[in-house]
Amino acid sequence: MNIEIPDFALVVLIGSTGSGKSTFAAKHFLPTEVISSDHCRALVADDETDQGVSADAFDIVREIAGKRLKHRRLAVIDATNVRPADRKGWVELARKWHALPVAIVFDPGIDVCIARNKTRPERSFGGPVVQRMVQEIRRGLGGLQREGFRQVWKLDSVERIAAATIARQPLWTDKRYDSGPFDIIGDVHGCASELQALLAKLGYRVAWRAEDSRRAVTVTPPTGRKAVFVGDLVDRGPQSPDVLRIVMSMVAAGTAYAVQGNHDRKFQRWLAGRKVTIAHGLQATIDQLAGEDRGFRDALPGFLDGLRSHVWLDGGRLAVAHAGLKEEMIGRGSGAVREFALYGETTGEIDEFGLPVRADWAAAYRGPTAVVYGHTPMLNAEWVNNTLCIDTGCVFGGRLTALRWPERELVEVAAERVWCEPVRPLAARTAAGSAQAEADHLLDIADVSGRRWIDTTLRGRLVVAEENASAALEVMSRFALPPQWLVYLPPTMSPSETSAREGWLERPEEAFAHFRARIVAEVVCEEKHMGSRAVIALCKSVDVAKMRFGIAGEESGAIWTRTGRTFFSDATMTEALLARLRDAVETAGLWQELKTDWLLLDAEIMPWSAKAGSLIESQYTPVAASSVAGLAAAEDALTRAAARGLDVAALRDHVRNRGARARRYGEAWAPYVWPIGGIDDLKVAPFHLLASEDRVWFDQDHVWHMTIADRLSTADSVITRTRWRTVTLADDAAVNDAIAWWEQLTAGGGEGMVVKPRTFVARGPKGLIQPALKVRGSEYLRIIYGPEYDAPEHIARLRQRKLEGKRNLALREFALGHEALTRFVAREPLRRVHECVFAVLALESETIDPRL
Amino acid sequence: MYLSIATTHQPATDLGFLLNKHPDRLHELALTYGRALIVYPEASEARCEAALLLDVDPIGLVRGKGQSDGLLDQYVNDRPYAASSFLSVALNKAFRTAMNGVSSARQELADSAIPLEAVVTPLPLRGGETLLRQLFEPLGWDVTLAPIPGPQGDPTSRYVRLTLRGTTRLAALLNHLYVLIPVMDDAKHYWVGDEEIDKLLKRGEGWLDAHPARELIVRRYLRHRGVLARAALARLVPETEDEALEPEAQGASEETLEAPIRLNDLRLAAVAEALRTTGASTVADLGCGEGKLLQLLLRERWVTRLIGLDPAARELERAAKRLKLGMLGGPPEGRVTLLHGSLTYRDARWAEADAAALVEVIEHLDPDRLPMVERVVFGAARPRAVVVTTPNADYNALFPSQPAGGFRHRDHRFEWSRAEFAGWAARVCASFNYQVAFSGIGRHDDTHGTPTQMAVFTR
Repeated sequence: MNIEIPDFALVVLIGSTGSGKSTFAAKHFLPTEVISSDHCRALVADDETDQGVSADAFDIVREIAGKRLKHRRLAVIDATNVRPADRKGWVELARKWHALPVAIVFDPGIDVCIARNKTRPERSFGGPVVQRMVQEIRRGLGGLQREGFRQVWKLDSVERIAAATIARQPLWTDKRYDSGPFDIIGDVHGCASELQALLAKLGYRVAWRAEDSRRAVTVTPPTGRKAVFVGDLVDRGPQSPDVLRIVMSMVAAGTAYAVQGNHDRKFQRWLAGRKVTIAHGLQATIDQLAGEDRGFRDALPGFLDGLRSHVWLDGGRLAVAHAGLKEEMIGRGSGAVREFALYGETTGEIDEFGLPVRADWAAAYRGPTAVVYGHTPMLNAEWVNNTLCIDTGCVFGGRLTALRWPERELVEVAAERVWCEPVRPLAARTAAGSAQAEADHLLDIADVSGRRWIDTTLRGRLVVAEENASAALEVMSRFALPPQWLVYLPPTMSPSETSAREGWLERPEEAFAHFRARIVAEVVCEEKHMGSRAVIALCKSVDVAKMRFGIAGEESGAIWTRTGRTFFSDATMTEALLARLRDAVETAGLWQELKTDWLLLDAEIMPWSAKAGSLIESQYTPVAASSVAGLAAAEDALTRAAARGLDVAALRDHVRNRGARARRYGEAWAPYVWPIGGIDDLKVAPFHLLASEDRVWFDQDHVWHMTIADRLSTADSVITRTRWRTVTLADDAAVNDAIAWWEQLTAGGGEGMVVKPRTFVARGPKGLIQPALKVRGSEYLRIIYGPEYDAPEHIARLRQRKLEGKRNLALREFALGHEALTRFVAREPLRRVHECVFAVLALESETIDPRL
Repeated sequence: MYLSIATTHQPATDLGFLLNKHPDRLHELALTYGRALIVYPEASEARCEAALLLDVDPIGLVRGKGQSDGLLDQYVNDRPYAASSFLSVALNKAFRTAMNGVSSARQELADSAIPLEAVVTPLPLRGGETLLRQLFEPLGWDVTLAPIPGPQGDPTSRYVRLTLRGTTRLAALLNHLYVLIPVMDDAKHYWVGDEEIDKLLKRGEGWLDAHPARELIVRRYLRHRGVLARAALARLVPETEDEALEPEAQGASEETLEAPIRLNDLRLAAVAEALRTTGASTVADLGCGEGKLLQLLLRERWVTRLIGLDPAARELERAAKRLKLGMLGGPPEGRVTLLHGSLTYRDARWAEADAAALVEVIEHLDPDRLPMVERVVFGAARPRAVVVTTPNADYNALFPSQPAGGFRHRDHRFEWSRAEFAGWAARVCASFNYQVAFSGIGRHDDTHGTPTQMAVFTR
């Protein structure tokens, strides 16, 4: 006997001890597919026959089988499974994971079983036990289907058991081998005329003819293409029989798949003489059928019965089901899968039109398989979380829509008229914003928490540790801007290697050497402004903000800090600055030039005190005040002691020297602090144009970015020009010139400079290169490292700093930021953008010396 | 940091005997975080002055002496310079015998009250001049403060130069300074442990138990160590209640404002009662904080399962302790689950709850995040009942110490009037198909209502 089982199933072996189950299983299944109760008894108690641990052993069998089914792997239960009660759990388990339960019964005869047991000294089962088992199995045989087994195979002799073969078949719904290409067609509902127009538009030839005085049709698709119908072929519309003829002929010819819709199912039940409520347009179909020929009518039950719950296509990349499908149901089979595919999921509530409220399964969908479905008429077909509803209500006067796959193009024809008045008017999901934006209002904790892997274009798969993700949760949910705005966070920036020159921590020589060693020919040096990092999302209007970012409020943009918090706590300040920036972009002509109505800018906003005011107040000012006062008192005491003849002059000078450094500390941030009365007291220095519509500008070099920045700076006084220059690293004169420039910048109170490879995304022999290195001036470093950092006894120790961690972090965050922008620009679901941004914030919780 | 001690008791140079440090020499002591120097700027028959100079290694402090933790969280700070517990440690090391009131050469003098003058600079003025005077004046000191200027022309900073004058035993002065300098500094110590209770009690012997600011001194001295502080107070004054250990008032904080009416207790009781009447048995406290409501609900028999959710991992740790989770005598496994999560993310882990409480939570979220929270709670999880409490802004007019238009807590992003709350609730009901009933918690005022407003949503 050839036993044909689905390749995804829960196979339950049934047979008394000694009936040959394990031998059979070993012959036909992988050792990892077979889960034996004997083996699990041994795992628990070191004894395969210890019946006392059976309950625990079966827990393990169930657990292993469940995990295998979860991962869509076949599982075989090797246990006696004698009584219905023993088997009940397996049917339930199979249902839970939407696997088909298959029973294989072994009955070689009582004598054979008893004889075999005698040859196995570890088996103490006597004849009466075996006899009872076999009798119980035989009694239950007839009820196995009723118990829920979808297939029952019976092997009733030693020979049959030995001769049996197992063949695994893909599930009826599993057409992954078929890569189309496909044209997936929405709910037709008897609109034969529109269907023919759509097929024509898609390049199919539809030819009607009379065959023995019966209407017949042949549809010829464009070479290689196949149609997929999402179901609901009938009801409500004017010509359901012709629609059926078209689809039936295509399915028969192998040029179409059709999945079952709820209307098709009800029609099928009516045909079979079942009691159904004639409503929702079924009467129209019944009436149209009245004049149809007998042959057509006779073919209907077979066709309708053969409709699949869903089809899984194109290597698993595409699934089509009438009302959609949850990720864990794709490519599986159960009553629940069929129900869901037919009707979707409802919340149990009824809306104001008396229709069931549908649960928004698509908003929760996270699967890699694209799901295309119909069932719910929509004004427009829009992707939501990799799902697409293409029922655009043709029968209600909307359109009939098809999706070309893998092209992902929508092809539509308008309805010729309203064939049926809808109970609930067709409407867009929301007044403003896309369907995806609507779904994005709900992010799931599972989108960000736990240990996570994120695939980035620039640096492959990045891991975010669970504890880091956990640390970011509070900041993200309580202090950061809403995720809709927060589509990017800037990476941290490493300093250059510690200077080789005595008395210095950072100098440009090391930055140049760093890039030279990585075969970078040319770098861009940019003046480093001493302000606060700001990311600016600038939209041409509030409407653009709503549409492109999915914002609910009335903002026309947002400005945020490195940790995602709003830059200005005062919303009017934000809007006022955005208005100025918007005008500058307009004046510079960037909207037209970049063909966009929004921009994402990376910038520094000054003064430093605008954002760091409280930091200066709570951290830097106290250090200055206390160090000056304490050292002055000490100097005074030592001066008086020296005056009375004690030998403390050297000590006094040492303390005096420290005091001088403390006073310089107190002056160090003076150039970076000024009061803000209004917008005109702010200075904005943009240096990257990160992204705009359809573009992430990382493919342009820094000369391009700085040229844009220069143009913006001439357009409005609030925008400050950043001084910059290119340096060819092979040109010693240019390099020395740049070093002198840095010395001059820092001597004049500047923070320092940033050195970047001219190419935005630069790769060297060993992969991705630091996108930027900062080289900070010695007085600026005093603020960071403390008043006395450059005293000889201190700087020697400070120079032993480790940059590896910071460098590594900078690259990972750079890759994540790029990934976030890439996904945002590609209009991927918010959670896909958010997970990258969340990861940047999470990585920031890694312990890195904050002075770097 | 700098400390000097001077006397005009004659011969003044006897100060050298009392301190056990010769006035004509420079004394250097090694400390774990740097060194202490003792030098006498003045040493005549008429007046003798000893100065203790602390030379704290600022780099070593941050680097943490090879240990990874160090002080990286405050990578540049005033610790190397400000008078703090470092000074107390140095005092103890430099003048331990004198602090014990012992002097081998001049015991009689050590036992006598002599005119003394001490200067401490720069002393952090946390708690203001009033507190400084409350600390030293009851001990008989004449207190003089000189402001210390800040950088860049700022006339005052948060530090002062403190001068104490009085006539007492030298040991008393040293002990007062030992205990009260860290109290004024009120910052993290690096050495508070069990033995510190003993040191405090020893150094406070004879004066601390009668000091009017006793509780504050103990609390600040044993900063961040509630258990230690409680133990010390118990040994000091056995009848002291826990009340004294509540965080002290810091300006117009929620707690001070609302304390007279014990609002929090009323609120929790009202919420628990509201939850009970919904007929729920699995309750989620969303934004559970340190678990006070959970603790209350844990005693209720109608509750079969409790879930606490909070975005702050620290708060959850405190809640786990409060509820004795996983400890002997704690609730049975599975009765209480604490979840690290946030209301801005849908979360299947608490979706099974049939009632949810958001007690003083929504006002801690920016208004533009509320739509997301509404979707998560009312749209996705959809418990049968949701209890929400939030401050009633109308009532703020009755808080005398609160500035008009201000909020009760500095993390509040908004405080709603009763009309605003009702408006929000109505929108929630319309969008998500709930009904709502309002009530008030706390003393009722005819014009301004109650301090807390509560909405119970049901469907």
